[in-house]
Amino acid sequence: MEPAFAILIGLFFSVAVYLLMSRQLVRVLLGVAIFGNAVNLLIFTSGRLLREVPPVIPAALQVPDVTIANPLPQALILTAIVISFSFFAFLLVLAYRAYQELGTDNVVEMRVAEPTGETAPPQGY
Amino acid sequence: MSITGPEATFAAVLAPFAAAAIAPFATRLLGANAAWPLALVPAAIFLFFAGLVPEVAGGASFAPAVDWVPAYGVSFSFYVDGLSTLFALLISGIGTFIILYAGGYLKGHPHQGRFLSFLFLFMGAMLGLVLGNDLITLFIFWELTSITSFLLIGFDHLRAASRRAALQALVVTGGGGLLLLAGFLMIIALTGVTDMATLLAGGDILREQALYPLVLLLVLGGAFTKSAQFPFHFWLPNAMEAPTPVSAFLHSATMVKAGVYLLMRMHPVLGDTALWTTILPIFGGITLLVGTLLAVRQTDLKLMLAYTTVASLGLLVMLTGTSWDKAIEGAVLYLLAHSLFKGALFMVAGTIDHEAGTRDVTRLGGLRGAMPITFAAACLAALSMSGLPPFVGFIAKEYLYDGIWGASGAHLTITAVAVIGNALMLVIAAAVALKPFLGPKVETPKHAHEGPVLLYAGPVALSLAGLAAAVMAHATGVYFISPVVSSVLGTATVVDVHLVPGYIGAALILSLITVALGIVLYLKLDVLRAQMQRLLAAIGWGPDKGFDQVIAGLVSFSGSFTRLVQGGRLDVYMTLTFLVTALALLVPLTLTGNWPSAVPMPDLRFYEWGILAIAVSGLIAVLIAKTRLTAIVSLGIQGFAVAVIFMLFGAPDLSFTQFMVETLSVVILALVMTRLNLRPRDHRPLVPRVVQGTIALGVGVGLAALLMRVTELPFDRSLSDFFETYSRTIAHGRNIVNVILVDFRGFDTFGEIAVVMLAGLCVLALIRVRPKHAREEAFDRAAGDEALQKSGEARL
Amino acid sequence: MRTVIFRTIAPYLAALMVLFSIFVLLRGHNEPGGGFIGGLIAASAFAIYGIGCGVAAVRRAITFHPMSIAAAGLFLGGVSGLPSLFTGQPFMTSQWWYVHMLGVEVPLSTPLFFDIGVYLVVVGAITSIALGLEERESD
Repeated sequence: MEPAFAILIGLFFSVAVYLLMSRQLVRVLLGVAIFGNAVNLLIFTSGRLLREVPPVIPAALQVPDVTIANPLPQALILTAIVISFSFFAFLLVLAYRAYQELGTDNVVEMRVAEPTGETAPPQGY
Repeated sequence: MSITGPEATFAAVLAPFAAAAIAPFATRLLGANAAWPLALVPAAIFLFFAGLVPEVAGGASFAPAVDWVPAYGVSFSFYVDGLSTLFALLISGIGTFIILYAGGYLKGHPHQGRFLSFLFLFMGAMLGLVLGNDLITLFIFWELTSITSFLLIGFDHLRAASRRAALQALVVTGGGGLLLLAGFLMIIALTGVTDMATLLAGGDILREQALYPLVLLLVLGGAFTKSAQFPFHFWLPNAMEAPTPVSAFLHSATMVKAGVYLLMRMHPVLGDTALWTTILPIFGGITLLVGTLLAVRQTDLKLMLAYTTVASLGLLVMLTGTSWDKAIEGAVLYLLAHSLFKGALFMVAGTIDHEAGTRDVTRLGGLRGAMPITFAAACLAALSMSGLPPFVGFIAKEYLYDGIWGASGAHLTITAVAVIGNALMLVIAAAVALKPFLGPKVETPKHAHEGPVLLYAGPVALSLAGLAAAVMAHATGVYFISPVVSSVLGTATVVDVHLVPGYIGAALILSLITVALGIVLYLKLDVLRAQMQRLLAAIGWGPDKGFDQVIAGLVSFSGSFTRLVQGGRLDVYMTLTFLVTALALLVPLTLTGNWPSAVPMPDLRFYEWGILAIAVSGLIAVLIAKTRLTAIVSLGIQGFAVAVIFMLFGAPDLSFTQFMVETLSVVILALVMTRLNLRPRDHRPLVPRVVQGTIALGVGVGLAALLMRVTELPFDRSLSDFFETYSRTIAHGRNIVNVILVDFRGFDTFGEIAVVMLAGLCVLALIRVRPKHAREEAFDRAAGDEALQKSGEARL
Repeated sequence: MRTVIFRTIAPYLAALMVLFSIFVLLRGHNEPGGGFIGGLIAASAFAIYGIGCGVAAVRRAITFHPMSIAAAGLFLGGVSGLPSLFTGQPFMTSQWWYVHMLGVEVPLSTPLFFDIGVYLVVVGAITSIALGLEERESD
């Protein structure tokens, strides 16, 4: 079942990357959101998939008696989801504020930090 | 006095650093007179090393060490033997007088304390360099001398010429230092030996390596740049921008000899091979000739001396490069002589500059009456430099001629180079020591008179030392020359030094030729100078100009390269990043033949197919969405599909979190987007669309293939097993994911919640910062209110 | 958004969600749940309350500034790593105490306090973001 998910994850990445290369901030943002999901799925799948057995030890046991889902990728992904959400919110507000200040949503026109036609660095000691 | 344990050596190296910390305060308290108590520090170091001389002369050596970075086998260790003791004596002895001289030379300068501090820093670094045993210790002190030299050359940092000279010295010597580091690291990698003492005891340990030529070239790269060998000689004359005490100390007596020191130090393990005896004499010889010829052209006293320093270093490299025992004896004698007379002459030049206001030799003359003591010191030093008896310079020249001529007959080139070089050296010595003092009195910018004792103590002491070393030739030989030659040759050698040549041999005849040639050239000095000027004008280009071109080229290259790669367009950055990502994924997969094998039909259940289909349709809908709302909803669809996938494959925690996050994402997206006039539709032209689409597909295919390949391989469950075994038994938790988060990897989670909080703070800050126009409006409004209030008050 | 129905049920819904979030937080060590999930549920509750009844009402209801709540959580998380230092173990080694309260044995542990810290950080930070964005809508 992993190959099917590998293809799905490849598709997630393709869409995310395509959106990230856009010149429009909104699409870049959508790309960031999808990219986060793609990475999480990648980690999840590379830890191998197992149906319906959550990594919880039954109350009567000290050690699980059946094969359970791999807990390690889940621990990694859980924090990643929350952090990527915070990051996404930050980017969203940043994009919104940039739009307010600069009056454009086109990244090509955002040139405050790197203006066009910069002069050559000074020579001499 | 005997060798009193390793602590004393450490104290001797660290003392100058302590003095560097005190110097600014001492100067603030005592003014220029602070030089007197401060000079006690190098004087004490000198006495300490002088106390070691008898024992070292008896063939003893010792290597105190403390661990520094034990994990990398780096220790802080010193090696005291004949060679390092002589250098330590020169550094501390000359250093004593340089500190005194600096006290007089920069009297009243607002930054005299800083200057003395830098000088002490250098002194400590230089002592560490010559005493360094561990290769890494040695390298660090090596670079420290480059850095302190940079600070001292650029002391007068308000002048562009100083800044340029300082930068040039740093780039050349620092760059060479990196070559040296590479060489040292190779030595460590090849032999496993990390310290000089073991290396020197190893015999052919390096010469038998296949990579010996590379090691040699790297070490020579360090030595040649530091010791200003052609074609890296140009930085040394430029370094004369520094105040004269620096020129006398760093750029004649000590630092520039570090390269020669390294060659001599490593001669037992690197020397005496065909490569060594070819490269060193060629570069040394060229440097000797170029240095003396360029010196003749100059009229500035300091520059003349600087070029002869270049020449002397060339001579030393040439002699060391022959690997002949006798030539090396000459080299060691010349090393001692040169440090004494050149230090003295630089201080004389500085005193003339200080008292007469110029150091242009054509504008000086007849100062003998005004400055008799300085004149006397200049004469003594110049006689030593000219190689005339009864000075140590004479003995050195006798020995080196003897060494070159006596080895075997076929070294006419080397002999000729040495004779011409020495003759020109005599010319410069005469020009520096005689011209300003003899002849009719010339009007100088300042009314010249004898300087204070601080200024003439150094030259007098050093030039008298040159005389004493020659008069007590036997003692010099026993205590200084023999131990050093033993170190350089790697075998115990006794050199019998005489002031009076034992027989009328080739050496004496060569000396006579040198003196005769020198006198003739001195009389024709003006003609010679004019000729050289014409020649150089005809060439019109030199490494100094080349340095400027390289730096200018670097600056403009980095400028245009930055504009190229940092064009300021996010889409270009992204495209390049993902292009490289795609290549990094696909190329290794192809080259190593790691593409996954044929994909079997996955055994998914029908509802699993269903959720996959929903995820795919969500993704495609995001891509082709025509309105904002469609895009947001489609984004939500793919997110919820992911949550369901987590649910189906045993990750309820993830599923829950993903549901909450997707809900919140959609809410805040909707909150922001409803207020923005953002176009969600793509307006990319066709060509970028195709290019970027291909790159995106490449990344997707690459990652999918990588993941398939990974999941085809067997899975290592050891980590997961660890958590499963211990989650309940030692961490008392049944939800393994939660236990990992809050217990096993709690510290990671702590960092992660800190990130979440920071993101929250950043968002808050971004929201709070009002748009510029809104801020202005608010300000206007407040100002208006205030005005209104005022007028209201006025009315009341 | 501010329909009568939504405005009426939002406070109750939010209260229920906050209660549920605390339940999820506390059972997290043994059953699915934990600080991250609980925090997100509570943050959603406040976001819903804010959409329904206005940001000012939420700010009144939670008394403290959301960022202060997050900071308190981070502080609690850091402090819960300290007790192990007194027993000579490395920072953040878990410590357990079994306290008898009203005849029931209640296990207390540093991971529990740490998880509460996580909960508070997530609640605070995300509520702060959500309220900030909602607030701008109203001006």
